Amino acid sequence: MHIRKLLCLIGIVACTSPLSADWRQFRGTTSSGLPDATAKNWDGEQEIAWQTDLPGRGLSSPIIVGDRVFVTCSSGALQQRLHVLCFSTKDGSKIWDRSFWATGRTVCHPKTCVAAPSPASDGERIFAFYSSNDLACLDLDGNMLWFRGLTFDFPNASNSLGMASSALAVAGNVVVMIESDDASFAAGINTYTGETNWKIDRPERANWTSPAVTPDGKQVLFQSSAGVSAVDAVTGEELWNYADGAATQPTLVLVDEVAYVPSNGVTAIRPGKSNTSVPEIVWQASNIRPGVASPIAVGENLFVINSSGVMVAAALKDGERLWQKRLGGKFSASPVMAGGKLVAVNEAGTSVVVDPNDEGNIISKLELDETILSTPSVSADGVYIRSDNHLHKITVK
Amino acid sequence: MSRLRFALLLGVMLSTSVQAADTGELIGKIQSVGKRGAGHDVAAVAIKQLQSVGIEAAIPILNAMDDANPLAFNWLQVAFESVVDSAIKDGSVSAKDLEAFALDRTHHGRSRRVAFDWLVKCDETATERLIPQMLDDPSGPLRREAVARIIDQAKEGSSDEAKLVLWKKALTGAVDKDQVDEIAKALEKLDQPVNLVQHFGLLTEWRVIGPFDNTGMKAFDVAYPPEKELNFDAEYQGKTETVKWENLASKRKDGSFDLAELTAPHKGAIDYAYTEFTSSGDQEVEFRLATANAWKLWVNGKLVFAREEYHRGMQFDQYIVRGEIKKGKNTFLMKVCQNEQEQDWAQRWAFQFRIVDDSGRAVADKGQGPRD
Repeated sequence: MHIRKLLCLIGIVACTSPLSADWRQFRGTTSSGLPDATAKNWDGEQEIAWQTDLPGRGLSSPIIVGDRVFVTCSSGALQQRLHVLCFSTKDGSKIWDRSFWATGRTVCHPKTCVAAPSPASDGERIFAFYSSNDLACLDLDGNMLWFRGLTFDFPNASNSLGMASSALAVAGNVVVMIESDDASFAAGINTYTGETNWKIDRPERANWTSPAVTPDGKQVLFQSSAGVSAVDAVTGEELWNYADGAATQPTLVLVDEVAYVPSNGVTAIRPGKSNTSVPEIVWQASNIRPGVASPIAVGENLFVINSSGVMVAAALKDGERLWQKRLGGKFSASPVMAGGKLVAVNEAGTSVVVDPNDEGNIISKLELDETILSTPSVSADGVYIRSDNHLHKITVK
Repeated sequence: MSRLRFALLLGVMLSTSVQAADTGELIGKIQSVGKRGAGHDVAAVAIKQLQSVGIEAAIPILNAMDDANPLAFNWLQVAFESVVDSAIKDGSVSAKDLEAFALDRTHHGRSRRVAFDWLVKCDETATERLIPQMLDDPSGPLRREAVARIIDQAKEGSSDEAKLVLWKKALTGAVDKDQVDEIAKALEKLDQPVNLVQHFGLLTEWRVIGPFDNTGMKAFDVAYPPEKELNFDAEYQGKTETVKWENLASKRKDGSFDLAELTAPHKGAIDYAYTEFTSSGDQEVEFRLATANAWKLWVNGKLVFAREEYHRGMQFDQYIVRGEIKKGKNTFLMKVCQNEQEQDWAQRWAFQFRIVDDSGRAVADKGQGPRD
């Protein structure tokens, strides 16, 4: 084979292969909290591999593309300065930083901030999204590609408590869900130009959940107080609708075609067979109640953390409650999987590693000694946790 | 001059002028971006080309930010940061140019702040040298840093007298609520209370009429008589009885105009509040409001914003609406809607209102209040 063709082929394989340890959006590339690859068993004691300063507040998760980790922040008296920073995953050294000014409202409840929604990536671009509904697209080297101000476009698309729904990159769109007591919509924004590919009306009720993508990447699920709506990722056309209400903070998790929704406790639904516009309810468990943190599914079980900081395990097949374990503290961050274990970080900044196969046995705890409300992100060699002041990379001894 | 040198010089001149023309053209395409993705197809191509021009584009980009709309401003800002970042890494950046821009008070306060931030990355002395001169700077983000320095000095003051001087000095530049609150608290301890209503420019004297019916939150878009005429001698049918205008003034330290307290805690109700403000000239301003209620605001008879949201908290400067006021008398009409929620946290029926300039400083009041 000609060497040039070989290099091209290698390049194509490298670009299209899912084996990279990227973590491209809130709860990972698959919206599941499960990493594509983790090299090390998370059995040992946790330690801080490196820590770096951040210029502003943030509840957004870091995202990882290749050997770079990207973080968003907001700063200034009214949090009107918006930041995107790029660090080396190896040593935390800063590669670049860029900033914008919010064009939408920046008012928030004091507990949250303008950098609450997590950014997303399609592997080539970073989509930084904020509570002000500003959406910036940069390449991996920090060059500007385009910028949208979605509250600038639709001035009543805002919430006086702040917004938190994260961006989602799928099918050539960056999908955003902007729901408040006033103007509410979801949109698929063209990743190349920033133009609107599709826009649909959404319920006019405040909502802080995030869109989730189905494992085949063809559908996006929007969860709100009204229920769950599944839309075509390319066109935004609604495919089915679950109308029995749902939570407005923890977000559903998908396993194959089944969505485990924080609704009436937890309700498992899947697309209907005879009437495809109405989903089938697989089971409903009112004794499993997620708090702010989103549920995660691992193996045969579903795990939720309730508002008292208790982790509850239930069977995916029927919702039977299996065991519970008090982790300690309150949780805003959602649990994720690393090295075969669950990692949950409470609001006091304690990173707790839990064995999902041993009735929630706590393997280790690491005190970060600062408030943590952000969901961790996972790469092949570590877990990234951010606070208002720092980005930490955690490994195990 | 030899022919060869002349030819080379001509070539450089032509190349530079072509590049300059290209840079201006590219910037123009980016400045054309508008709402809802307008102009993106052209701008998305131009922004890539602009970032490849190099450091020569940096100052033209900053200059162009003066006239850019808020969207284009951000496109240009990141393009500036991108070219300067590369120039710092290859040593081609001119700290002198950045400093000159950052100090030029005729430019946009935000682009000056950005220029200053990148100046600091290539000149570590810049903060020490320049920030102390910025206590009265029209750029809010730069002045904030100058205020912060004096606050730090005041905390370390050698005596109460020295501290008092520094806290008072800090107050002259402070406009951000967190800094003003910290300063006011320190001055209070030194028996020098600060009139925050006056400092923030809160409008506390209004003429009020109501309640009109808002049962079931159905009247947000119902135009009751005050939306059709401003006749302060008239009486209208209200929710339960005839209503008429009355003059009221808030005595609250935070300047909030509490309708529930000043009138009655009606539920499912709407009050209208009217006031006037005399401006020394035509100017662009920000109307800053706080309320937990649905509201509409008319300025000089024109609706400038409407928001139908109930009880998601009331925070200082919760809403920022850009607008204009004219020289002389300006009129303001607020529609403040209360719903029927029964929870303890859903009883507020109040608002705060002030007018500030681009830097966040209260626009000087030449006479506020309802007029007879």
